[in-house]
Amino acid sequence: MSERIMSCSAAIAEALTGEMSRDERIFIIGEDLVYHGGIFGQFKGLPEKFPGRIIDTPISETCIVGSGLGAALTGMRPLIDLHFADFVTCAMDEIANQSAKIRYMFGGQVKVPLVIWAPDGAGLGAAAHHSQSLESWFVHTPGLKVVVPSEPADVKGLLTASLREDDPVVFFQHKKLFAKEGPVPEGEYVIPLGTAAVKRQGKDVTLLTYGSGYYLTVEAVKELAGLGIEAEVIDLRTLKPLDFKTIAESLKKTYRAVVIHEACLTGGFGAELVARISSELFDYLDAPVLRVATKDVPIPFSPPLEKFVLPSVEDVVKAVRQVTYR
Amino acid sequence: MSDDAKTLMSIYKTMVTIRKFETMAGELFAAGKIPGFIHLSIGQEGSSTGVCSVLRPDDYLITTHRGHGHVIAKGGNLNRMVAELMGRKTGYCKGKGGSMHIADFSLGILGANGVVAGGFPIIAGAGLSIKLRKTDQVAVCFFGDGASNRGPFHEALNMASIWKLPILFVCENNCYASTTSASYACSVIDISARAHGYGIPGLSVDGNDVLAVRKAAAEAVERARRGEGPTLLENKTYRRRGHFEGDPQRYREQTEVVEWEKKNDPINRFAILLRKKKILTKDLEDEVAAKADSELKEALQFAEQSEWPKPEEALEDLFINS
Repeated sequence: MSERIMSCSAAIAEALTGEMSRDERIFIIGEDLVYHGGIFGQFKGLPEKFPGRIIDTPISETCIVGSGLGAALTGMRPLIDLHFADFVTCAMDEIANQSAKIRYMFGGQVKVPLVIWAPDGAGLGAAAHHSQSLESWFVHTPGLKVVVPSEPADVKGLLTASLREDDPVVFFQHKKLFAKEGPVPEGEYVIPLGTAAVKRQGKDVTLLTYGSGYYLTVEAVKELAGLGIEAEVIDLRTLKPLDFKTIAESLKKTYRAVVIHEACLTGGFGAELVARISSELFDYLDAPVLRVATKDVPIPFSPPLEKFVLPSVEDVVKAVRQVTYR
Repeated sequence: MSDDAKTLMSIYKTMVTIRKFETMAGELFAAGKIPGFIHLSIGQEGSSTGVCSVLRPDDYLITTHRGHGHVIAKGGNLNRMVAELMGRKTGYCKGKGGSMHIADFSLGILGANGVVAGGFPIIAGAGLSIKLRKTDQVAVCFFGDGASNRGPFHEALNMASIWKLPILFVCENNCYASTTSASYACSVIDISARAHGYGIPGLSVDGNDVLAVRKAAAEAVERARRGEGPTLLENKTYRRRGHFEGDPQRYREQTEVVEWEKKNDPINRFAILLRKKKILTKDLEDEVAAKADSELKEALQFAEQSEWPKPEEALEDLFINS
C-alpha cells in the first residue's frame, strides 16, 4: 500500500470521503460544519462533496448527540461532531445514559452505529472549558468504545473502522494534532478497534501511551536512547476494547512499564492499566508501574501555568529512569 | 380519518386492555411479583389510545417511565410485556429493561425511557432520519408536564421547528411530576403555549376525551406527513395512581383522585358516547372485558411459566459481538 505524507486533518477528510462515498447512511451533524468546514476546518470540502449530508445544528449539544442517536436507531449512521470534547457534559445523558445503554437495556434488539467525534486536549491556552482529556469517563461507562488516535495514519484507519462499527464509539481527536503530519496509506485503510501498535521496539522498558501522549513519549525516547535506555513504545490507539495482549507480550520482555497520558492523574486510564498489569502480570514486574499525567487541577490559562500542569518530556524521562533504576 | 363502529370499538378495546393491564400490574407489584418500581397510567388511556389510533405501524414512538399504555396502544405484545415486567427471559428485553425500558423496534417503539425528558433528543433524531431517508413516517414523543421543564424539551422543539421535522410532541399533563404539581412547577397553565416560543402549532385538548385526542393527533400527524413540521399537543389528563406504586401521596387529597375517577374517567366517558351511538351494548361491553381478561390471563401465564434469565446472561447484549 503506497503512502503519502499528510496531516491528521487531511486524514480525517480522506477517511470520511471514503466512507461517505461507500455508505450513504453516513452523515455528519454538529455546529459550524457547512460554512466553516468544522471549527478546526477538519471537514473542509465535504459539504460540497456531500450536499445535505453535513448538517449544521443550533448550539444544542443535548439534541446534537441525542438526534444522532435517534437517527442511528432508525437506520442512519451519524458522525456527531461535538465541537470541543469538553461539551460532552452538556450531552452526558445522551452519551452515557442513552447511547451506551440502549442496546443492552432493550435486550440487544437494536444496533447503535454512531461515532461521537470529540476534539480534546490542552496546550493551546484555551483554559479550563476547552482543554480537557476526558476519555476515562467513557471508558468507565459500559456500552461505549473509546478511540484515541495519535498519528495521521491511525486517524484514518481508526475513523474508518469507527464509522463501520455497529456500536457507539467516542473518538477523541487531540486539537493540537490536527496539523501533525505523517505517512498515510492510500485507499481503503482500516485499523480494527482494539489493536494497539508497537511503534518502537525496545528491551528495557514498555511505554504505554495514546493520543498526544504518544508525541511526548517519542521525544522522551530520543533522550532515553542517549542514556542507553531502549524503550518499547506501545500506542494503545483504542482504550476500549483494550489490546491487553500486546501490552502483556511487551511487559514479559521488558519487566517495566510507564504509562503516559494527558488526562489528569487520579482515576485516569493509567490507573486502570496499572491495576490490570499488577493483577495479571505481577510476576513479570521488576519495578512499580509509574504514571505520567496532568496534575489534578483544571487546565489553567496562562502559558507558564498550563505548561506546569501538563506532563513534559522530562517527566517521562524521569519516570523511566526511576523504573529502570538508572 | 374513519370513525366507523369497528374503529371506535377497536379504540374502546385498547383502552380497556390498557386499564386492565395496569390494574393487573399494580396487583402483581403489590404481591411482590414485579421487582423494582412501576408507574401506572390508569386514567390516561384516552391520551395513549387516541394518539396511537392515528399512527401507522411504521411510525415511531418514544415513551416514558409511565409507558405501558403507549406500548399497548402501538400494538405491543402483552405476553412479552408482562414477562419483561416480571424479569423473565422471554420479556421484550430479556429481563434487562423492566417496566421503564420496554421497546419493540419492529413496531417503531423506540423505547420507554427512564430519564424524564430523555425521549426528546432521540425523537428529534428519528424525525431527522425520516427527513434524510425521505419517507412519510411520523415520530411521536410522549412526555409529561414535568419533562416540559427540562432543557431537552426546548432544544428539541427548536430543532424540530427549524428543520420542519415530522414530529408530534404529546404532553400528557397529568397534573403532577412525581410529588410536584404542574400548577407550581410550570410557568404556564397550558404547556401547549410553549409551542409559540418555537414557532410551531400548539394546542391543548381534553385528554380524557379519546376522540378529541384522536382528532387533534390526526391533524398534527397529517400536517407532519405533508412536510409542514412538528406540533405540540397537550392532553390534559390526571394521574390517578401515585407517581409510583406505593407512593404515599402526601401532596394531594384523596378526594381529588376520587372526583376525577367518578366524573372524568376516559373509558366511562367513551363508553357513554358509544352507548348513545348504539355501538356499544351491554353484551359487547362484556365481550370486550372478557376478551381483554383472557388475553391478560394468558400473558400472565406466559410470564409465570417463562424461565428466569441465566445470571451470566447479564453479560450479553452490550455490544454487537458480545
